[in-house]
Amino acid sequence: MDNRQKEIDNLKDYKYGFTTDIENTRAPKGLNEDVIKFISNVKKEPQWMLDFRLKAYERFKQLKEPDWQKPKYPKIDYQDLYYYSAPKSMKDKPKNLDDLDPKLLETYKKLGIPLQEQKRLNGIAVDAVFDSVSVATTFREELTKQGIIFCPISEAIQNHPELVKKYLGSVIPVTDHFFATLNSAVFTDGSFAYIPEGVRCPMELSTYFRINAANTGQFERTLIVADKGSYVSYLEGCTAPMRDENQLHAANVELVALDDAEIKYSTVQNWYPGDKDGKGGIYNFVTKRGLCKGKNSKISWTQVETGSAITWKYPSCILKGDNSVGEFYSIAITNNHQKADTGTKMIHLGKNTKSKIISKGISAGFSDMTYRGLVDISSKAANSNNYTQCDSLLMGNKCGAHTVPYIKNKNSESNIAHEATTSKISEDQLHYCKQRGLSAEEAVGLIVNGFCKEVLQQLPMEFAVEAQKLVGISLEGSVG
Amino acid sequence: MKEQLQKDFDNTIRNLTLSQNDIEIKKFYLDNFINKGFPNRKEEDWKFSDLNQIIKKNIGELSFYSDYTSTNKVDSSAFVDGLEHNKIVFINGRIEKIDFDYEKKDQIEIIDQSETISKFNNNSSLSDLNSAFTNKSFKIAVKKGYQLTKPLIIYHTTNSKIWSKNINLRLNFELYENSSLRLIDLFRDTSEKNFLNIFYNFELKENSILKNYKVDKFENKNIKYSFNNIEQDKNSISETFILSSGSNFCKNEINCNLNGKYSSAFINGIFSLNNNKHHEIRTIINHLTENTKSYQLIKSVLEESSRAIYQGKIFVNSKAQKTDGYQLSKAILLNKDSEFNAKPELEIYADDVKCSHGSASGSLNEDSIFYLMSRGLNYQQSRELLINGFLLDVVEKITDSEVKNLIKNMIGIKE
Repeated sequence: MDNRQKEIDNLKDYKYGFTTDIENTRAPKGLNEDVIKFISNVKKEPQWMLDFRLKAYERFKQLKEPDWQKPKYPKIDYQDLYYYSAPKSMKDKPKNLDDLDPKLLETYKKLGIPLQEQKRLNGIAVDAVFDSVSVATTFREELTKQGIIFCPISEAIQNHPELVKKYLGSVIPVTDHFFATLNSAVFTDGSFAYIPEGVRCPMELSTYFRINAANTGQFERTLIVADKGSYVSYLEGCTAPMRDENQLHAANVELVALDDAEIKYSTVQNWYPGDKDGKGGIYNFVTKRGLCKGKNSKISWTQVETGSAITWKYPSCILKGDNSVGEFYSIAITNNHQKADTGTKMIHLGKNTKSKIISKGISAGFSDMTYRGLVDISSKAANSNNYTQCDSLLMGNKCGAHTVPYIKNKNSESNIAHEATTSKISEDQLHYCKQRGLSAEEAVGLIVNGFCKEVLQQLPMEFAVEAQKLVGISLEGSVG
Repeated sequence: MKEQLQKDFDNTIRNLTLSQNDIEIKKFYLDNFINKGFPNRKEEDWKFSDLNQIIKKNIGELSFYSDYTSTNKVDSSAFVDGLEHNKIVFINGRIEKIDFDYEKKDQIEIIDQSETISKFNNNSSLSDLNSAFTNKSFKIAVKKGYQLTKPLIIYHTTNSKIWSKNINLRLNFELYENSSLRLIDLFRDTSEKNFLNIFYNFELKENSILKNYKVDKFENKNIKYSFNNIEQDKNSISETFILSSGSNFCKNEINCNLNGKYSSAFINGIFSLNNNKHHEIRTIINHLTENTKSYQLIKSVLEESSRAIYQGKIFVNSKAQKTDGYQLSKAILLNKDSEFNAKPELEIYADDVKCSHGSASGSLNEDSIFYLMSRGLNYQQSRELLINGFLLDVVEKITDSEVKNLIKNMIGIKE
């Protein structure tokens, strides 16, 4: 019991809140063409990439920041941000892990991702992104043997331009919404994965994001392409130091699944949520979109959202190929003054397409949580099906839980079913647990884990354990 | 449109005896409307039905002035047969008759409010339009403890004398303690291409009961918007039933504020559409205090290239513990060009609540049809039987048996 208590105490405060004292190279403050050229130049990008960025920037200048979302935030001064920040030691890319700045290695060790050890352990291939650059990618050789490309996107632009050119911006075009377009203009790094035809990726691919520098926005871009008949499971984790001011994180994630391919994308998002009074924390405004391009393809999103001051994202699936399948499993937990407006979009275009949405929201403290989703079955998507279930759990009467689904059915041969419930933890269940010797907090943890089980089951093993713990920790102090 | 509005407004004012102050207020609303214009899809509430476009496409130029100086003949053959009832008759927007023959005269008060500009608790552009142009408005108050013996039918009749006109109506109802009212809105149109903009306000005091039935059954080419605001005190009950079927376009909005403990609201609706019709129901139930209850059931049967939209919101504020809110919408799409859109919304700030919603849309169940056909019915009969049963479920929710039978006969639903 003592040990457990210690562990909990240890975890109670945001344990990833440290900063790494490391020298940075930064782009000049502000957003303009020169900064974009600077980023492109530092990355030694070809002309077409710079054109892509400038086109996005042109478009960005015409766009207005959206304000229809539930969680409101003070206006962001986009000229007061650094759009590029990299550890100095990264200027000339280290050839292998041994060349890495020890401070960086230390950081990742603290975060629980010992990059060095990973070389020996058989497990997950990690691409670690520190502020604006990708610092290390493990297991590369092993993956190369199978023809799998897994590397920082900046490297992919150099080494695999034909693939990047073909797919970058094909799911999230440069003309998309405000934050996505901003990302297209200034994205700095991220991961790129390509799984060739017929290959089943032998290990989980993973990216770990870390915001370290102050006043920096992190804009990473992830592109995953699963060629015909391939399979990949991809994990994403994120943390940031504790800072009083809010930091912007506007990533773009694009997934493309060709015929018979399957992509499973899991996120455990644990950005710094701000302190108990809602000061500081990350604004997590991410655009994630998957395109089921080929027939019989499948994309499945699983997310555990526990961090960030404001989470505002809708991982979506465009079901273009016939018989394609989209899935969305989500747990979102908000506590203290956190806010979340999250959900999904399932756009059915092909015939016989299926989608499933399971969303579990838990709000406690003074937090506010919204599920917002769209299911759109177009007139050509004959014989399609959607099932949506979104449940919310409220703890206390200072928090809010909202459900805003948009349901559009334009095809008479297709079916949509949607259910949503909102309730609190039942007294009976609590009583039962307490009777058997659990404390109130343990009981709530147990019940909440049960509430989330359907989603937790979808996570890869290594993540599921972490997520389960995270669920408990996020709700600390919300009972009684 | 601006000049037209200004001109029509001046003409309307001329026929009214208003104080300078009241004219100023009306002008204020007119300016508001001129600024905002008809709602369009950029507004979240009108996302699925762009009224501005719909009016442009179906009517073109609207005129806002109606000459109400001459009376219209009330055709008594058009009255509902076989059900004794009180009546209010609107013909082309002009109030022709208020008749509470079956009731005790001193228990019902009819107050002419035409000369007082009452502010409407809704700041949409359509309420501005209504406030600027309503010609005559009445308040009907049911005294303490009085329960109307017969239902009140409000006939909304339009005929071919009007064309491309905007008609604005407003009625206020007040139900004092322990009173009750049954109300049926009945639309009969032989006119085409007009825009009706109707606002009702209901005040329900303690223990009062309102049964509010809206029947838009008969085929017509008009465009209708109706907004009902219902304020409910302790223990009061409101029951609303909407049959949305006849008009080319129709949007019914019900806003219900459950202000008193143990108050409850029930909303049931049917969309039965064909032939390019586009109808919408939007409901907002505000649970503002503890122990309140709401129940909503909306069913749609959509043929040809028709389109139905249901936007329903349950709001629970942090004081409203022990709220029970339920909402269900179901749709059958019979044609591949028909469309059903739903936005069932929950906004909840209290934890000890039971709120849920469900929405389902799809085709007729082929298994059920197969079952019925294997019992000897033909395809058409099986289909009708299934649809009949599907809709009967909603009609059965009507608690008043007289009105239930009337509506059943009207839609031709069999038991």
